[in-house]
Amino acid sequence: MNAIKKLGMLVLLLAVPAMANASGAAVHLDKAPINLQDQASLQRGAKLFTSRCLACHSASYMRYNRLNDIGMDEAQIKKDLELPDDVKTGSTMQAAMDANSAKLAYGVAPPDLSVIARSRSADWLYTYMRSFYVDTSRTSGWNNTVFPAVGMPFVLADLQGEQALETEQHESHDVKKLILKTPGAMSTADYDKTVGDLTNYLVFMSEPSQLVRQKLGWFVLAFLSVFLVLIYALKKEIWKDIH
Amino acid sequence: MMNLLTKLLGWVDERFPLTSTWKAHASEYYAPKNFNFWYFFGGLALLVLVIQIVSGIFLTMNYKPDALFAFASVEYIMRDVQWGWLLRYIHSTGASMFFIVIYLHMFRGLMYGSYRKPRELLWIIGMIIYLALMGEAFMGYLLPWGQMSFWGAQVIVNLFSSVPFVGPDLAILIRGDFVVSDITLNRFFALHVVAIPLILVLIIVAHLVALHEVGSNNPDGIEIKKNKGPDGHPVDGIPFFPYMVVKDAVAAVAFLIVFAAIIFFGPDMGGYFLEYNNFVPANPMKTPEHIAPVWYFTPYYAILRAVPPLFGSQFPGVVAMGVATVIFFALPWLDRGQVKSIRYRGPIYKAFLAAFVVSFVGLGYLGLMPATELYTWISRVLAVVYFAFFFLMPWYTKIDKCKPEPDRLTSK
Repeated sequence: MNAIKKLGMLVLLLAVPAMANASGAAVHLDKAPINLQDQASLQRGAKLFTSRCLACHSASYMRYNRLNDIGMDEAQIKKDLELPDDVKTGSTMQAAMDANSAKLAYGVAPPDLSVIARSRSADWLYTYMRSFYVDTSRTSGWNNTVFPAVGMPFVLADLQGEQALETEQHESHDVKKLILKTPGAMSTADYDKTVGDLTNYLVFMSEPSQLVRQKLGWFVLAFLSVFLVLIYALKKEIWKDIH
Repeated sequence: MMNLLTKLLGWVDERFPLTSTWKAHASEYYAPKNFNFWYFFGGLALLVLVIQIVSGIFLTMNYKPDALFAFASVEYIMRDVQWGWLLRYIHSTGASMFFIVIYLHMFRGLMYGSYRKPRELLWIIGMIIYLALMGEAFMGYLLPWGQMSFWGAQVIVNLFSSVPFVGPDLAILIRGDFVVSDITLNRFFALHVVAIPLILVLIIVAHLVALHEVGSNNPDGIEIKKNKGPDGHPVDGIPFFPYMVVKDAVAAVAFLIVFAAIIFFGPDMGGYFLEYNNFVPANPMKTPEHIAPVWYFTPYYAILRAVPPLFGSQFPGVVAMGVATVIFFALPWLDRGQVKSIRYRGPIYKAFLAAFVVSFVGLGYLGLMPATELYTWISRVLAVVYFAFFFLMPWYTKIDKCKPEPDRLTSK
C-alpha cells in the first residue's frame, strides 16, 4: 500500500510540469472543431485542400486513394477532386506549381503539408487561416497575426473577405483586433465552418491511420484486460500455498 | 512417448547443461518471497528490450538511413507499410517506457540499498547498461531526421567540442563531418541497430549472471541466504519458477495495458514522447527557437545549463553533467548506513532521498523549459541538492539513527 502511495506521489510530481507546460502560448489560439468521424466534413475539407492548397503546397506523403478511408471511392476521388487524366489515384499529392517558381514568387518554398497538423497543431492551423489581414507594407499585400510576416498571400480572401488589424484604445492598454472590412462570399459563421472542415482534413491527412488506430485500441485493451484477469487467477492459484 | 522424451533429455544433458541450467536459474533459483510493487521493473525492462528489438527489426526493413530519404521513409512506414504505424509507435513509445521502467528500477535500488555489499558489481553492470541505453536512445533519436533529431544531435555532439585540447577533433570524430550530416546519420544508424544492441544484450546477460550469483535483495534489505532450512534452501525464498514467473507475468500484462493505451490513444503523449517539431524535416539552415532533448535526458540537460561558463567555455557544465550521470557508480562506497532498506533507515536518509527525487523530477521539468533567469537559478539550487545527495552520503548515512533489522522477512 505504502509503495502505491509513493508511486502516486511520483506520478503527481511528473504530472505537474505537464500541466504547466500546456499553458503559456504567446498567441491566443481558437479551438478547432475536430471530428474525424464526420466524413462529410472531411470530404469537404479534402475538396477545398486539393482545389486551393495544392496549387502551391504539396502533400507528398499522402496518396489520393487514401481518401477511401474517409468514404470516397475511386470514381468520387477522380470526379470530385477533378484529377487530370494522367494522375493516378495511387499517386501522391503533388503541387501544381513547382517549388522553385513558388520560392521565386513568395520568397520561401511553400512547405509540404502532409504532416503540418502534427507540427503546428489543429488549433494553430484553424486560427491561422482566419487571421489574415490587409497590410500594404508587405509585397503580397497580406499579413497574419498568428504568423507575422508570412510569405503566403491569403488565397481564401474571396471566401472570408478582407480583414484589417485595428487598434482599440482602452484606458490602460491598447488591444489589437481583426475587423472584417469587406465581406467575402461567405458569412463569418460559414467561413469558420469551412476552415474547420479544412483543418479537420489536415488532421486526418497528418496521420490517416489514426482512424483505425483508435478503433483497434479498444479491442486490444479489452483483450489485455481479460488476459489480466485470467493470469491473475493463475497467479492466485499457484501462490495459494505461499504464506 | 514420455519415455522417449526422457531419453532425449538424457541425451541432451550428457552434451549440454540443459536440466542443470534450468534448475540453477529457474526451478531451484530462490528469490525472496516478499517482493513488492517495486520489484516488477527489472523483468519489465527485459520485456521492453525484447519489444524494442523485435519492432526495431521490422522498422529496419523499411527505413532508409539517408539524409534525403530518412524523413520520407518514416512517413512511408506510417502510411504505406502494413501495420507500419503500429511498429513505429511501439518503438517510439518503447523508448520512453524503457527509461520510465529503468528509472523506477534504479529508484528501487536506492530505496532498498540494492547496490550494497555483495551487490556492488551487479549495480555497476546495471549502470553500464543505463549508459549504453542512453547512447542507444540518443542515436536512435537522430534517425527520423526531423528538426529535433538534427538539432538535438547537433547540440549534444557540440558539447564534446568543449573538452579542452581534443574537443573539436573529438566532435568531428563522432560526427564524421564538420556538422551533423548524412555521414552522421549513417554511422548512428549502424551503432543504433548493430553495435549498441549487441553490447546491451551482452551486459544484460552479465547483469543476470551477477544477480543469480548473489541473489536478489528485498524490501527488508536482509540476506535470505543467511537463513537456510534443512533442505539447504532459504526458508524465506521461493523458486523463481513458477512463483516469480507467474507474478511477473501479471505485472507484464498490466504494463502492456498502459503501453497499449499510449500507443493507440496518445502515441505522442502531448509532445513528450514524439516532439511536435520533429514532424518538420531536418533543416541545417534553420535553427529552431527552442531546442530541448527528449524528456529522459532533461535532468542532465538542466544541470548542464545551470553551471555558468568559465572563460567562455561550456566545459564546466559538461563536466557537471558527466559527473551527475556517473556518480551512481560510486553509490556502493558512498553509503555507510548500518542497514540497507529504507524501512529501517533513520529520518535523515529518507529526507535526503525525498529531496533527491524532487531535484531529479524538477531538473527534468526545467530541462524542457527555455532557460530564463529564474529557471536557471532554480536549476542551480536543484543541482546542488542533486549532488548533495551523493557527496554528503558518507556523512549523513553514518550519523542517521537506524532501526534494528528483523531476522526474517516481514510480511507486506
